[in-house]
Amino acid sequence: MSTVNVYKQRPDAAHAESPLFHAGLHELAGKGKSTAGVVLREKKLLGHLTLRGDGHDAAFAGAVHKITGLELPGALGLVVKGETSLQWLGPDEWLLIVPGGTEFAIEQKLREALVGQHYQAVNVSGGQTIVELSGPKVRELLMKSTSYDVHPRNFPVGKAVGTVFAKSQLVIRHTGEDTWELVVRRSFADYIWLWLQDASAEYGLAIEA
Amino acid sequence: MSQINRLSRGGRIDRSQPLSFSFNGQTYQGYAGDTLAAALLANGVDVVGRSFKYSRPRGIVAAGCEEPNAVLQIGSTEAATIPNVRATQQALYAGLTASSVNGWPSVNTDLMGILGKVGGGMMPPGFYYKTFMYPQNLWLTYEKYIRKAAGLGRAPKENDPDSYDYMNQHCDVLVVGGGAAGLAAALAAGRSGARVILADEQEEFGGHLLDSRETLDGKPASEWVAKVLAELAGMAEVTLLPRATVHGYHDHNFLTIHERRTDHLGETAPLGQVRQRLHRVRATRVVLATGAHERPLVYSNNDVPGNMLAGAVSTYVRRYGVAPGKRLVLSTTNDYAYRVALDWLEAGLQVVAIADARPNPKGAWVEEARAKGVRIMTGSAVIEARGSKRVSAACVARIDAKAHKVTSSGDWLDCDLVASSGGYSPVVHLASHLGGRPVWREDILAFVPGEGFQQRVCAGAVNGVFALGDVLTDGFEAGVKAATETGFKPVSGELPKVFGRHEEPSIALFQVPHDKSTARAPKQFVDQQNDVTAAGIELATREGFESVEHVKRYTALGFGTDQGKLGNINGLAIAARSMGISITQMGTTMFRPNYTPVSFGAVAGRNCGALFDPVRYTALHSWHLKNGAEFEDVGQWKRPWYFPKRGEDMHAAVGRECKAVRDSVGILDASTLGKIDIQGPDAREFLNRVYTNAWTKLDVGKARYGLMCKEDGMVFDDGVTACLADNHFVMTTTTGGAARVMQWLEIYQQTEWPELKVYFTSVTDHWATMTLSGPNSRKLLAEVTDIDLGKDAFPFMTWKEGLVGGVPARVFRISFTGELSYEVNVQADYAMGVLEKIVAAGKKYNLTPYGTETMHVLRAEKGFIIVGQETDGSVTPDDLNMGWCVGRTKPFSWIGWRGMNRQDCMRENRKQLVGLKPVNPDKVLPEGAQLVFDPKQPVPMSMVGHVTSSYFSTSMGYSFALALVKGGLKRMGERVFAPLADGTLIEAEIVSSVFLDPKGDRQNI
Amino acid sequence: MLNIFCPHCGEQRSEEEFHTAGQAHIPRPLDPSTCTDEEWGEYLFFRDNPRGLHHELWIHAAGCRQYFNVTRDTLSYEIFETYKIGEKPSVTAKAKSAPLTSRTAGAKA
Repeated sequence: MSTVNVYKQRPDAAHAESPLFHAGLHELAGKGKSTAGVVLREKKLLGHLTLRGDGHDAAFAGAVHKITGLELPGALGLVVKGETSLQWLGPDEWLLIVPGGTEFAIEQKLREALVGQHYQAVNVSGGQTIVELSGPKVRELLMKSTSYDVHPRNFPVGKAVGTVFAKSQLVIRHTGEDTWELVVRRSFADYIWLWLQDASAEYGLAIEA
Repeated sequence: MSQINRLSRGGRIDRSQPLSFSFNGQTYQGYAGDTLAAALLANGVDVVGRSFKYSRPRGIVAAGCEEPNAVLQIGSTEAATIPNVRATQQALYAGLTASSVNGWPSVNTDLMGILGKVGGGMMPPGFYYKTFMYPQNLWLTYEKYIRKAAGLGRAPKENDPDSYDYMNQHCDVLVVGGGAAGLAAALAAGRSGARVILADEQEEFGGHLLDSRETLDGKPASEWVAKVLAELAGMAEVTLLPRATVHGYHDHNFLTIHERRTDHLGETAPLGQVRQRLHRVRATRVVLATGAHERPLVYSNNDVPGNMLAGAVSTYVRRYGVAPGKRLVLSTTNDYAYRVALDWLEAGLQVVAIADARPNPKGAWVEEARAKGVRIMTGSAVIEARGSKRVSAACVARIDAKAHKVTSSGDWLDCDLVASSGGYSPVVHLASHLGGRPVWREDILAFVPGEGFQQRVCAGAVNGVFALGDVLTDGFEAGVKAATETGFKPVSGELPKVFGRHEEPSIALFQVPHDKSTARAPKQFVDQQNDVTAAGIELATREGFESVEHVKRYTALGFGTDQGKLGNINGLAIAARSMGISITQMGTTMFRPNYTPVSFGAVAGRNCGALFDPVRYTALHSWHLKNGAEFEDVGQWKRPWYFPKRGEDMHAAVGRECKAVRDSVGILDASTLGKIDIQGPDAREFLNRVYTNAWTKLDVGKARYGLMCKEDGMVFDDGVTACLADNHFVMTTTTGGAARVMQWLEIYQQTEWPELKVYFTSVTDHWATMTLSGPNSRKLLAEVTDIDLGKDAFPFMTWKEGLVGGVPARVFRISFTGELSYEVNVQADYAMGVLEKIVAAGKKYNLTPYGTETMHVLRAEKGFIIVGQETDGSVTPDDLNMGWCVGRTKPFSWIGWRGMNRQDCMRENRKQLVGLKPVNPDKVLPEGAQLVFDPKQPVPMSMVGHVTSSYFSTSMGYSFALALVKGGLKRMGERVFAPLADGTLIEAEIVSSVFLDPKGDRQNI
Repeated sequence: MLNIFCPHCGEQRSEEEFHTAGQAHIPRPLDPSTCTDEEWGEYLFFRDNPRGLHHELWIHAAGCRQYFNVTRDTLSYEIFETYKIGEKPSVTAKAKSAPLTSRTAGAKA
């Protein structure tokens, strides 16, 4: 534990502003058309940890599995169990998302299980948020936004890709037939929010709190 | 005005829906289902514009995108106006407002027309080059008139109210063209289960089948079209895109489609709808079923309104119920054009004669016409038309096509319409966008697509397959081939039966001979849009332009929005004949994207206005807004620039902010700095290699400033890196350099030193950073933190963890202002709450928010550099007088060390960073000003450096600057001069770049 | 718009997800300090600009952030292979001497 600095960064109780706080989504909730083609919800203030290590090393993969209950996914994979998900970001990089407030304890457990190994665990919870999009027109909305092929033949549920989105970059996760998640960097969140409103205008956009 | 040319029945128009529209200020009526061109012809409008160079009156020639003349400006308001719309492609809607783009002052009485009448001699090809370029100073005068006379439309001056967007498409098979071949191909591919996109540029799918005389399974061809469309529409993986032109074929089967979604509904889109959409398609296979364009014949005065393409006449009659005249003369080289005469007869109109260039035509269509008593003049052609604003007669003479000679005296026939057909040119444009050169086929007298790199199949007329039954088979087979090549099972299917007609070969006739020489005969237009004549092409070859590409550029053949659709083949054949070579030897020009014009709206998509470029915000942005910040763009970030109070200008605000920091305490949002978390046993070694200075001995708990160079030894980024634990560091980078540095670290780790065990993760967005700076910052911070801030407990260049405002924070005691400073980092979600607590506690210290401008002044007073301002990629650490930051004894040859030891980097007299103190303390040197030692030397003066940063310092009471000056470090006390553009001169003394507190007493307390 | 197979993501992605990083297989000298000016200049500044087969370094910037190599024809833009850092190309100018005739023939007269 002494080789890296790890400490609890989230206060037990304090005023928190997620990356889309300024958009006032809770006030917009329920005001859109009931027939909206796209429903947007921010899954905010979750625990996000970046894990880097050698996925082929059984010790690394085993420790991650032991602590998270999830197998390290291979290329473009996303595994979900309850409120915990583990996503492949690159050949030596994964994104672990856990319920907000549990990330410190999980990081500690991971570090205990990984003692002596070369890896990286970084809390990035404040730096990104998840925008969940659902509804019958989400696929078309995504087609307007990314050059990646979002057809279910190419992008089935359980796949996650880092790609371009409008003029920025983000991660798209397919979590249910008509449900998708965008992992959005905090500083780009307003741009993505503006883009999604503009691009979904013709389908109708509703907000869920 | 009544629709004098509207037939009483027939056509695919809806006569129950009359629509009013206006053209050049006149109101007319047409029907739903008309194109603007059809409606204009129905109303007997002959002249739709004036030609570009000679200003001759021009009428509608074609019925599709190949139309050269009816290129109009559409829209009733400035915001809605759109240039370059072909009337043949614009669906009619109620209230459509159109006008000609050429014709000054009006198309019917054109002052410019005099040019055209007095004689073409005034404007030969190369005219602009020859006439207007000399004398050069007159060009500006000429240009005004040329611009007025020429040009095809004008750009709107107001914002377009409509929205446009992109749609990224992926498919197994993209079928381009919805005619017989394309429909059959889409059907085959669709039935196999492949993802198929069928795009067609017209209002309706069906292409030629919509106006064909031929039957499928004994029924009108349009019924088969409807059946196929119904089947395709029912397939989940088939996307039908009507009104969608595939306008570009790009690398790796990436194609762009311009879809006009609401242009047929009105001049602005219905609320909430996207007007035009650019489809960006990645297709595994492409079926090009782009069809063919009929080739017009080139004869004298073939541009007078009333000269049309033969097939277009059929289209207007059969599809729109419009007869663009009463008395038809048809001039043809082939059998198929005879159908026009049959259609004309069926409409109850008079066929004056058919001139067939072949000596003895006997095909099925010919016999059918002959049986109906039509006068057929064999071995003949229309050699000249007569009329000014409308054809009144045509001269038919016997010709010898091979010898290019007229062999009889002409016979003038009264008529008001000359339809011509010189054969069919496959639409090879898309096939050659990527460089695949078309190949000449003598048997069909046409270019067909050559070999290409793309994964494409050509089908139907574009392939040189013209007979309908063959076209359907070719299309279907292409669809099967494309689908199976993408992994789908082949399907078989019954294709409709076609009543086959025997057709005889056509004859080559690219320019109709005249009894006068080409140069003397009345103008024979090859390219009407660009006013290129046969004589012009001959002249070009005589003047030595022998390559087809040169002829094109010299004459403008196939230029602009036309892209050689009608004129290309005739033009190059004329050039070839003129030079005595074959068409194959001549070759063809290349076609480039775009096939037809694409609006700027569609090109821009949603990337305009607020979405032009991403704007990045920090977690504290709403606080800055509330507190009246003015913002500065730093990369994509919005950073507070300064916080003006009521009545303050920037100068006053910055002066106040600087004073507050120097006297008490200020707060800065520093969240935009790049932050990279670095972990691994080799992290320290890695830092040693990427930074210029040494990191071996940096203890846990401490922080250090570092410079990064590129291999050439030039500074490229800087920042403070802290040692969080033995194997754990956090690096900061410049705001603009964050992504660049991250990739820099990765490229060295991944490609050069994979053996080093170290990982990097960007945490820029995770941490919000608030910098408290000023003599009272310790006192203020103490009120909101549990960290021991004592001088010894928390010395300069160290960091601590603790609570700030009740939130876990990492606090760095580092300084960019020269004052006692603390950088408070908290998880960004909680930054706002922390800031509010600090601000509340800061009231009694006059805590002042400050922006980037004050930050710049304060750091410059201390001589701290900003990468990108003091550096420009040609500055070494030694140039910056920062040799103290270079680890000259580090064992590993780190990045930049070898580069900065090049002879040139070691040379005396390099530009070095110094301070400048203007002799007049109120004069602020402009940033970027060039410096000289001797202001009295003659111009051009020898420049010795430039000002990199310059401000007025409120705390010091005088202006000051940083500058790079040749040998500056050895010139302390000497004078330099900045001669400014306005003729004035600022004199300054060279001083140390550290103006304030050189010993660091203020920050180190 | 190239379509590039990322050897790490295992699928084709559009060019806009990538950045090019110049010619591949130019290792940093093990000890730059011992390089002559000429050797160092060669490493730092000189690159091939072939008409035809070329090995390039690219990064999947919007995806997995990995660098990898691309063997590409600079005339046709055809990509013959992509391969990971540390691997050798299997398509080389020597192995692939047959010219890409159609684009060559299509070059401007």
